[in-house]
Amino acid sequence: MSGHEREIVFENVSKFYGEVLGVNRVNLTIPPGITSLVGPNGSGKTTLMNLMTGLLQPSQGRISVLGVAPDEPERLFRFVGYCTQYDSFPRGTTGYEFVHSYLLLHGKTAKECAEMAWHAIERVRLTEAAHRKIAGYSKGMRQRIKLAQAISHCPLVLVLDEPLNGLDPLVRAETIALFRGLAEEGQHVIISSHILHEVDAISDQVILLSNGYVVAEGQIHGVRTEVEEHPMQILIRCPKPALLASRIFELDTVVEARVHNDGGGLLVRTRDPERFYLLLNRLVVDGVDLESVAPADDDVHSVYEYLIGPDGGSI
Amino acid sequence: MNPRPWALWRAQVAAILRLEIRKTLLARRGLWIYLLAFAPAVLLWIHAGLNLRDGRTCDLGRDSLIFAGMFQFFYLRLAIFFGCVGVFMNLFRGEMLQKSLHYYLLAPVRREVLLVGKYLSGVIATSVIFCSGTALALAALFVHVPRAVTEQYLFQAGGLSHVLAYLGTALLACVGYGGVFLVMGFLFRNPIIPAALVLVWESMNPFLPSLLKKISVIFYLQSLCPVPVSARVGDFSFLTILTTPTPAYLAVPGLLLVTLAGLLLAARNVRRLELNYGTE
Repeated sequence: MSGHEREIVFENVSKFYGEVLGVNRVNLTIPPGITSLVGPNGSGKTTLMNLMTGLLQPSQGRISVLGVAPDEPERLFRFVGYCTQYDSFPRGTTGYEFVHSYLLLHGKTAKECAEMAWHAIERVRLTEAAHRKIAGYSKGMRQRIKLAQAISHCPLVLVLDEPLNGLDPLVRAETIALFRGLAEEGQHVIISSHILHEVDAISDQVILLSNGYVVAEGQIHGVRTEVEEHPMQILIRCPKPALLASRIFELDTVVEARVHNDGGGLLVRTRDPERFYLLLNRLVVDGVDLESVAPADDDVHSVYEYLIGPDGGSI
Repeated sequence: MNPRPWALWRAQVAAILRLEIRKTLLARRGLWIYLLAFAPAVLLWIHAGLNLRDGRTCDLGRDSLIFAGMFQFFYLRLAIFFGCVGVFMNLFRGEMLQKSLHYYLLAPVRREVLLVGKYLSGVIATSVIFCSGTALALAALFVHVPRAVTEQYLFQAGGLSHVLAYLGTALLACVGYGGVFLVMGFLFRNPIIPAALVLVWESMNPFLPSLLKKISVIFYLQSLCPVPVSARVGDFSFLTILTTPTPAYLAVPGLLLVTLAGLLLAARNVRRLELNYGTE
């Protein structure tokens, strides 16, 4: 298997809806693991997902999912599952019928499909409700049965558009654990989500989108490091923050330092965190007492605010 | 590439039929199609029932001519026509409106196989409905005439071949109009527009030049009807121009060719189909 056959690749992809821009000149290489698409409404998250699954065709550019073009559904959906944001189902079906009947399209026997359907339904913990009509399901149950349908054929690439919507906290945690498990098995899990702290907790890498453009991509720490116009913020917990502040200002890498609101630490802004950490070590050696040191804005939420702005749509 | 694609495609078409036929036959929004399909049968059974109650019998020859007129001018041109508008235009468009088409598009099925599966499900559903309607209406013709007359008509006067021809024509009407309205479903969002366009085109058929006549479904269906009504039923004669009917061995392949052209056009459209529920 060559490199491109293990990755999802967008090469100079644009999509226009008539005059309206969907996404523009997207170049991406998505490796295995959990990748989150983050951006405000209308930023192009769903368009990217629909493009990689062939529901939309690019106006220009080329897409390849593990070496297969999205316009070959008969090959693509052997290893791709897509849980869309659409909360709609074929009329009158039960949860089990829904999962089972679309599995039959894979050309497997009814018995094989039944086993796979039950396995998927068990994974999303809907066994007891499986024979009930979907029309009577709660929002969270509908979300889970969609997820069961998307994972029922054990895909290598799982695309999930707002998969945590409508789930209660317990099921949300279980679902995240399921995604983590799939990613650890070497699968691609592509997630779009509005809930930034969850994105932060589960993602191996993020793709930040704004107005149809990819603003940043990669591991969140790497993305944060590249945001040079906003110095890195570091929270240092210590018993005497005022004393530490006086020592910190001696360091030429520090742009700003202020005592934390709770009085139990110091917030420092620096343009060169690597050098700052080295110098901070020297202060410790000199006898300055520190409890902990951790980046304060090395997360999706901060990166999102820096790159897209706090009012980036309705996120 | 799968070494045995036909086996896979057959299994996939069977899976699509399993999903679609029940949906089409039991759809609440399709009740009006049953009304259209069974209206002639209901009328003929009421007529038969009244005659049986009063102890009267009818002239089977005259009744079969009335049936022929009703079949050609109501059943083929309106009932099956609009029934196929309702079923075939909704095969894709209906699912777009319901926002459930993506489940098919996200399955490992060639789009063309999906099209064939959906088309066959439409043909099976409409032919079950309209052939049953035709059979019930024909049964009503025979129920109130003496049994000996019926037997003589069916087995000695070519009545049985007429019955089979009517059923076959109803089936081919579903096949032909199905192909036309399947492709129309891709080209138009509003079913009224293509239905009106095709209806006008089909109605103009007798007045069209010979070549254009052949790009029509009704042209072939009329030729397959066992009793020509234009020359014999005065009430309908103003609607038609006398033409030599095309023999069945040309009419059936001709109709299938028109259908195939529709399906090829639909296949091209389904290959390019993009899912954008927001614009529906």
